[in-house]
Amino acid sequence: MKYLDEFRDPIAARAMLEKISVAASREWTIMEVCGGQTHSILKNGLDRLLPRRINILHGPGCPVCVTPIEMIDRAIEIAQRPGVILCSFGDMLRVPGSRRDLLSVKAEGGQVRTVYSPLDALEMARKNRDLEIVFFAIGFETTAPVNAAAVYQAATEHLDNFSILSAQVLVPPAIEVILNSEDCRVNGFLAAGHVCAITGYSDYEELVENYHTPFVITGFEPLDILQGIYMTVVMLEEGRPAVNNQYRRVVRRDGNPEAKRLMGKVFERVDRKWRGLGNIPGSGLGLRAEYAAFDAARKFGLEQYEKEEAGECISGLILQGLKKPFDCPAFSERCTPEHPLGATMVSSEGACAAYYHYSLTEFQRIKKNRNE
Amino acid sequence: MCLAIPGRIISLDNLEGMMRSGRVDFGGIVKQINLAFVPEAGINDYVIVHAGFAISVLDEEEAARTLEYIAEIKRAEESGDGEG
Ligand code: SF4
Repeated sequence: MKYLDEFRDPIAARAMLEKISVAASREWTIMEVCGGQTHSILKNGLDRLLPRRINILHGPGCPVCVTPIEMIDRAIEIAQRPGVILCSFGDMLRVPGSRRDLLSVKAEGGQVRTVYSPLDALEMARKNRDLEIVFFAIGFETTAPVNAAAVYQAATEHLDNFSILSAQVLVPPAIEVILNSEDCRVNGFLAAGHVCAITGYSDYEELVENYHTPFVITGFEPLDILQGIYMTVVMLEEGRPAVNNQYRRVVRRDGNPEAKRLMGKVFERVDRKWRGLGNIPGSGLGLRAEYAAFDAARKFGLEQYEKEEAGECISGLILQGLKKPFDCPAFSERCTPEHPLGATMVSSEGACAAYYHYSLTEFQRIKKNRNE
Repeated sequence: MCLAIPGRIISLDNLEGMMRSGRVDFGGIVKQINLAFVPEAGINDYVIVHAGFAISVLDEEEAARTLEYIAEIKRAEESGDGEG
């Protein structure tokens, strides 16, 4: 396929790996901040092909994974109400809340539907004026404008039976938390290409200035990622951190002005709790006062409360880049995609799921060696 | 949720503001996609789509530049004199 196969060329990939190997004179730890990139890295075996000096860490770049447990409980609470249809992206249905997941609510007759876009939820609201349609709005800056469009359109059409449960989060504040952590081992970042397609990269320039850490805005195909890593290594070796854009074919400096404008019109920054990272000031998006009528939390009078993560799942540490899926004692034994204990195994963008799908044999080999 | 595959716009069906939309071909799979965020996009342009919305128009000149760079390092690899 055009603009796809060319970025998967194995000979070019080998050449790029060689370039990385020559450029890296010492160990460097690089974090990719997007679940899509995590999957591409594992699927194409890049983690194993890279020189050992390059350590890849997976960041909090999966929106399903970072949604905290109390948000899932709130979605469940809404789904159990009569006269309501709760719509969500498929993976959210299987993420465990504090006691159960949305799928079990659905199995018991609760109205829970999977949608591909919030526009599908909007269409449902048009067709079912006697029912309340609630969209569980998760996602980063890539999804927020899309959610904003749904709310804006609902307001334009006076669809007062549509609302969103906003769990949307912003990437740069989370990166800042990782950089501020005492245990931070990250030397450079691959910034998520599609987040930056919306936002552009001035926020990242600020991060470089404050933390002297390089960022390379990177695409999703194997060659994109390898080139992104190469560009990061070059900056690290030269000691000249900056923001570089590997994904020029999609990302412009100012991002997408239309999408940003709408996002700013409908949403404002709020404090938000992340799974694994805790409460991060100004890291979420909530509805502006003009659009408060579309806020499901308000509409259904949901309470604010905090819940502690319980159980043996260490996804919080994985999302901070402090542990990898193989470090989890439950990985592939008590926790599998069929019977997941945590969000990072449920989500198609989660790190545990990526390791399970693409690196299980590698894990079994390591485990065998450990036991011998 | 994130369809990172670029698709080609094959028709513009609705031109109205927030509901501007068209059909986009992803290597044989055709989907109706909202085009409100890419007002500059026309037929035959490649777009990146996320949750039913085109979020960026692929810049074919920039793509060609990256591909030329890839071709260059590939030639070096094939001729065995990779500059590393
Ligand atoms: S393997 Fe399962 S239990 Fe372990 S961190 Fe991943 S999701 Fe949690």
